[in-house]
Amino acid sequence: MSGLDPLAGVDSANGRRDPMRMQEKLVLRIVSKATVPFILLFALYVQFHGDFGPGGGFQAGVIFAAGLILYGVIFGLDMLERVAPPRVVEFGIALGILIYGGVGVVSLFLGHGDAPAGNFLDYNGLAHDPVHGQHLGILLVELGVGITVTAAMLAIFYMFAGRRMVERPEFGAPEEDQP
Amino acid sequence: MSAKQQTSGLAMIELILFVLLVATAVVVARLRDLFAAVMLTGIFSLVSAGLFTLMDAVDVAFTEAAVGAGISTILMLGTLSLTARREEQQPVRLLPFLVVILVGGALIAGTVDMPAYGALEAPIHQHPMYNEFITGTEQKVHLPNVVTAVLASYRGYDTFGETTVVFAAAIGVFLVLGGRRKKSAKIDGGTP
Repeated sequence: MSGLDPLAGVDSANGRRDPMRMQEKLVLRIVSKATVPFILLFALYVQFHGDFGPGGGFQAGVIFAAGLILYGVIFGLDMLERVAPPRVVEFGIALGILIYGGVGVVSLFLGHGDAPAGNFLDYNGLAHDPVHGQHLGILLVELGVGITVTAAMLAIFYMFAGRRMVERPEFGAPEEDQP
Repeated sequence: MSAKQQTSGLAMIELILFVLLVATAVVVARLRDLFAAVMLTGIFSLVSAGLFTLMDAVDVAFTEAAVGAGISTILMLGTLSLTARREEQQPVRLLPFLVVILVGGALIAGTVDMPAYGALEAPIHQHPMYNEFITGTEQKVHLPNVVTAVLASYRGYDTFGETTVVFAAAIGVFLVLGGRRKKSAKIDGGTP
């Protein structure tokens, strides 16, 4: 177990994290345990229902990352790293872009109707019917956006939360949280 | 309830939200307690999201609530735990203050020229592409949400660029904050 969760108070005496951490707060643990699955499910709904209602890949990615970050804040960074290993997250940042660009390249080679070849990110040729091609293209592209955004948000969170407290005299000594 | 009563009710809610927005902004600018300031910026985003919803821009409201009130609040809190909780007293500098007043005034002067909210003669409703987006989405893309069709299909290039910006932002943070976290958990100590 590490004292790395960013929201815990800071012990001013030795510059370390306060040992009284989020993991020990019962109400927070129970409530977040109950809500995190629904946040993730809602993110998936926003992702795949974005064609019909508000939302899309970007919003879904942010909500998914927020759900995971909530888990990490309450149960500790180590637990979150077991769910979303940093290596996988780093890979995901590039994977989403690759899916997006890949759909573009594939549609470049698939024409529809009389045209032997299509254009970059022109989804008409992706299926036998242009409208179906549009649906498929938008779904895949939004998936790419969702993956990149989720991974990028998580990676940025890892970067911030994984840093150790450093004494910065110019900002004054860190203070205790006032109840 | 008549239509007129309904409109004035909505205008009332909008007025309340705008007053809340301005009040939050002023308090954030004046606060020295950074923890409270971060929390209030989250509330600022949530109020803006409410305003966007009232203006029927649900997708924008969604993004504002998720990014502004959610992720950025958490990242700011994370940053805060690495520095200090209170801002130090700064001497009042005249030049930056004047620049802020000038730029703010110019921005407000710029809005005077804008068409009234929801006006039919506004340039976006007169644009030649307007009909293409509304009817083309119905016929060619066949999706109920025009925003998704425009973002992912009509403006696929732009969204590709935006996703690349997110990618570049993550890479930038990697470079600035020094790559993957070192396994420093053991040294931290103080675990129960």
